[in-house]
Amino acid sequence: MKIRAYLYSLLFLVLAVVLSIAIGSVFIPPADLGRILIGWLYRATFSEPLKTFAFILTDIRLPRTALVLLTGAALGGSGAAYQGLFRNPLADPYLIGVASGAGLGAVLTMSIKWPYSFWGLMAVPAAAFIGALLTVFLVYALARVGKTVPTTNLILAGVAFGSFATALTTYLMLRSTGELHRAIAWLNGGSSQAGWVPVLTVLPYLAIGLGILVLSGHALNLLQFGDDQAQQLGLPVTRARTLILLAASLATAAAVSFSGIIGFIGLIVPHVIRLWFGADYRRLLPLSLIGGAGALLLADVIARAVMAPQELPVGIVTALVGVPFFLWVLRRAKNQGYW
Amino acid sequence: MLKIEGLSVSYGSRRVLHNISLEVNSGEVVALIGPNGAGKSTLVRAISGVIPVESGSIQSNALSRSSVNLLSLSPMQRARSLAVVPQAASLPPAFSVWETVLMGRTPYLNFLGQVSAKDEAIARLALQRVDALDLSGRRVGELSGGEQQRVLLARALAQSTPILLLDEPTSNLDLHYQVSFMEAVSALAHQDNLAVLVALHDLNLAARYANRVALLVDGKIKAAGTPRQVLTPELISMAYHLPVQVIPHPFADVPLVIPGNP
Repeated sequence: MKIRAYLYSLLFLVLAVVLSIAIGSVFIPPADLGRILIGWLYRATFSEPLKTFAFILTDIRLPRTALVLLTGAALGGSGAAYQGLFRNPLADPYLIGVASGAGLGAVLTMSIKWPYSFWGLMAVPAAAFIGALLTVFLVYALARVGKTVPTTNLILAGVAFGSFATALTTYLMLRSTGELHRAIAWLNGGSSQAGWVPVLTVLPYLAIGLGILVLSGHALNLLQFGDDQAQQLGLPVTRARTLILLAASLATAAAVSFSGIIGFIGLIVPHVIRLWFGADYRRLLPLSLIGGAGALLLADVIARAVMAPQELPVGIVTALVGVPFFLWVLRRAKNQGYW
Repeated sequence: MLKIEGLSVSYGSRRVLHNISLEVNSGEVVALIGPNGAGKSTLVRAISGVIPVESGSIQSNALSRSSVNLLSLSPMQRARSLAVVPQAASLPPAFSVWETVLMGRTPYLNFLGQVSAKDEAIARLALQRVDALDLSGRRVGELSGGEQQRVLLARALAQSTPILLLDEPTSNLDLHYQVSFMEAVSALAHQDNLAVLVALHDLNLAARYANRVALLVDGKIKAAGTPRQVLTPELISMAYHLPVQVIPHPFADVPLVIPGNP
């Protein structure tokens, strides 16, 4: 059961990666795909027509695939963590407003100075992280009733603050002249940032955030019993909660910084995994990373394919699938409290 | 041994527990009785360290030769001295019974929660002790209230602590489960030499299974002693604002409380 869960989700991820590399506006024959990828690993040089294909593959599709994969992993993992922290099946980085808060933080830094340098790019996730943290505390404070966070309060506060942050972000972008206009497509979840630089920039943030989350499964399991019981079982509750909250917000912020605001991956993926493979967070978290990566890659492939050669922002695809799913979960959570 | 001395707790400016002193010896079941809102659950939570204590100390000498103030310990250290059985309301339903009981081993595990064969053996034994081993593969959400309460008792036993606190464990159970649950608790206290403090609603359950009874009214201990000393018409009428009769139990050597006048 344990191994099979990992096997299936990894298989799904590999399939999604292959599709993401193979499908695009320019058709590259599968035989050439293989040759280029192997050649790329050995740093070979290609002659025409392989040279053009090689450029498309190694400088456009591969980095994009890597960025989408990391973003999906961050969204899936932080979604699972938020659901566990709030003990609420509808917590998702987008629905609780954290993604929008992170977006506001990111755009604020970009509006001060458009990041050209590597360190400039590194500053964007840091600002997004601050935005994400402020949002979490604000939304939590608004939604909290005593010691519980009712679902409706959490979503209402999250969506309300999210709209506010998005409005402010859009205003900032429209008011500005020049570079910040580039950020408009980005805000809707278009991975328009090309090349390997964004991938390398998010990597350290994600490694820390997701690394902590993957190790927090046992603590999240205990927190499902409520803070009292978790502490009576020996968990230093405040410390564990803070650590997980910081890690999930860091992962969300890193994802938002270069892929924009993408909803519902963090909601759908942990849910499906919980249904299929059980509620143990020690398994749920790593599986949500893998599943989130695969799911967002598929959404991205669809976003590229439906209107080719034009691209849809991937956030539109995830919303079209995610909203019906959200409504279904809402009904289900209300009816049977399976949670 | 659990020794509470001069314990006071406030919620904001409102003092809910006044200068509580109470001792629970090893191998003894002490029942905490009192009307709703008297502070029974608050006392259990304060002893277990989840709410701040204004003044007083909670000593135990069960794990070391000298007595230790439990309030000064970290959650993990405290969870090795003292286990709590909460009410089986709103448990996360998706965990299996086995996973739930293994969580009782948390104070002995690292942050990752990796269990050893020894931890599994202790969890299995705990399930056996409460006669719930056959439930281990089931999901907690599928169980009846009585079964869930036994699982929580097993989880507390898996913590391998010398002190056991129970917060109204029988209030969601039917008559059969109430009796069998308290039978199990009393057997454990005497066989494993545990110090057991159990908050109870049902006075006759307290009379039947407790060695001693403490009556909590408005955050103060009004009386403490054997069931016969505490379950008197005067004390109970005063505490519950209700006339009661106390008669000898038909077959056990304990008092029987009957509400109302003839």
